[in-house]
Amino acid sequence: MQLARVIGNVVATVKNDSLEGRKLLVVQSLNAELRPQGAPLVALDAIGAGVGELVFWCRGKEASFPFRREDTPTDCTIVGIVDSEAHVSTGRRRA
Amino acid sequence: MILARVLGSVVATQKNERYAGARVMLCQPVTPSGEEFGATILALDSVDSGEGDLVLVVQEGWGASTAATGEPGAAIDSAIVGVVDYVDLLADEVT
Repeated sequence: MQLARVIGNVVATVKNDSLEGRKLLVVQSLNAELRPQGAPLVALDAIGAGVGELVFWCRGKEASFPFRREDTPTDCTIVGIVDSEAHVSTGRRRA
Repeated sequence: MILARVLGSVVATQKNERYAGARVMLCQPVTPSGEEFGATILALDSVDSGEGDLVLVVQEGWGASTAATGEPGAAIDSAIVGVVDYVDLLADEVT
């Protein structure tokens, strides 16, 4: 899993049936200092996240497990919303 | 499995139900000689690890789910499965 910030949403009218009614969000992964790392990805939402929120996402086949239809075609799913930036505790000082 | 340094933890009240009661740890992958590499990741703790520990992280869904929750099939892609005491490397194997 990785920490990420939801930075946008994606609207797709034509999509796989299993994605019907699902929310597609653009996430930017973050490092421990909450700075961007890597390129933004499109994630499926399983938790009710929205733009601007600090979340974490799961990769791979396991990303489809939160959905009733386990054949839901996703390899990146938001599975948690971090309570606040202060709830990311590290020994490192955040500038 | 990879080696990683535990940087801290993340608190999320709203999360996938299979994460209930789990500790979500922020980890930095490191080489056997201790150099940081790759992206900061999140892993569920199954061994009561703490900040600063060098740990073993499984990055495969079945093993990670089973270690962290006792059952496979959760939306979990990484779990901490051991706290490393030390790594013994051949003198000329500095990777």
